[in-house]
Amino acid sequence: MLAKRIIPCLDVCDGRTVTAVRFVDLRNVGDPVELGARYAEQGADELVYLDISATFEGRRTFTSLVSRIAARIDIPFTVGGGIASIDDAGRLLDAGADKITVNSAAVRDPALIDAIAAKYGSQFVVVAIDARQIDGVWRVTTHGGRRLTERELFAWSREAWERGAGEILLTSMDHDGTRNGYPCDLFAQLSQRLPIPIVASGGAGSVEHIVEVLTRGRADAALAASIFHYGDITIPELKRQLQACGVPVRL
Amino acid sequence: MIAIADYDTGNLRSVSEALRRAGAEFVVTSDIGTLRRADKVILPGVGEASASMARLRERGLDTVLPTLTCPVLGICVGLQLMCRSSDEGGGVDCMGIFPVRVVRLPEATPEGRWKVPHMGWDTIGELRTPLFAGLDEETYVYYVHSYAPQCGADTIAVTDYGMRFSAALGRGNFFGTQFHPEKSGAAGARILENFLNMK
Repeated sequence: MLAKRIIPCLDVCDGRTVTAVRFVDLRNVGDPVELGARYAEQGADELVYLDISATFEGRRTFTSLVSRIAARIDIPFTVGGGIASIDDAGRLLDAGADKITVNSAAVRDPALIDAIAAKYGSQFVVVAIDARQIDGVWRVTTHGGRRLTERELFAWSREAWERGAGEILLTSMDHDGTRNGYPCDLFAQLSQRLPIPIVASGGAGSVEHIVEVLTRGRADAALAASIFHYGDITIPELKRQLQACGVPVRL
Repeated sequence: MIAIADYDTGNLRSVSEALRRAGAEFVVTSDIGTLRRADKVILPGVGEASASMARLRERGLDTVLPTLTCPVLGICVGLQLMCRSSDEGGGVDCMGIFPVRVVRLPEATPEGRWKVPHMGWDTIGELRTPLFAGLDEETYVYYVHSYAPQCGADTIAVTDYGMRFSAALGRGNFFGTQFHPEKSGAAGARILENFLNMK
């Protein structure tokens, strides 16, 4: 049976993991390759690396980092952050990435999704969406949630799928960082409307939250950062509890 | 020497990295002489089957690969090209090493809806042959595909996703996996190691 996926997310700036990490026994906590390898050994199903470098030099460092990840990690990994052209996507594919995420650039220029999917296949294109609920309507935001757009979430995610997105990575900016859980009704609605996998992000604070979004929320995968980095939840323990709740997971 | 067959299918990188991690020496080549002399040949593949088959033919590999006597492993579309035919891209005749047809995965069955592509970790069962030595039934492996080979006498592993399909095929010195051992963590590394240890 197809397993629900657990995906740790690592933010990288100038080649270093920037999210604070609380592993005591990890010598080089700053090295994203070592941290990713650790998660892979613990049973992570996939990894996401987001480049938050603001400089050209930082982005070049990220590309060489992707090559090092590809050499070391034996599970699929996705990279994102600042991908604005088909050349950016191609450069990361050549460096060894299994998938890329596009976010703000796709909102600005939706044809970017078509172009990347046509050249490299839908399985390579994850469209990341940051949404916020305004007066009862889920609206798409860009630039890390700072800019509100006129786009409505369900319309945009449908368009992204029609243009060739292989997967949707949805973050509720209203829940991100709160550790109060995911908006499960939102994820369930999206999952029922689209025939592609939905990755839930933003808001996980406990095992129960992750169980809920993978069952009632019908998400195909759950992505989280701080709860893993701080060691609040370890992946083996999370997966054991998911299995105990009847969620199919890879142990 | 292990040869990875290069027919401009793109992304040979993950297979190369997996062999490097396994400590194996290999070349990436489309040269027929090199492929004939290799101890083992890996036929990777991503993308669309009919276009991939056309590129294989352009290089004359479609007539060479079926005559090899060393262990050969096809991966994903590489395996599909070793089958009799694929329904993808309006239908295409393939190399016919395995006498089965590659069909599209169903999106709806009496059991419910199935998201296609079939993407993520799924289990393999009914494991046969030394390719799966040391692996437990219902081991998880990584899949990304919309088409899959039907089951037949050469099926050496199965997965159920909307239909029962060949997760792997084996016949004589020829093997193939629909899943990606190079992305399947420790289980995948073991499968590749088993292949590399074949005589």
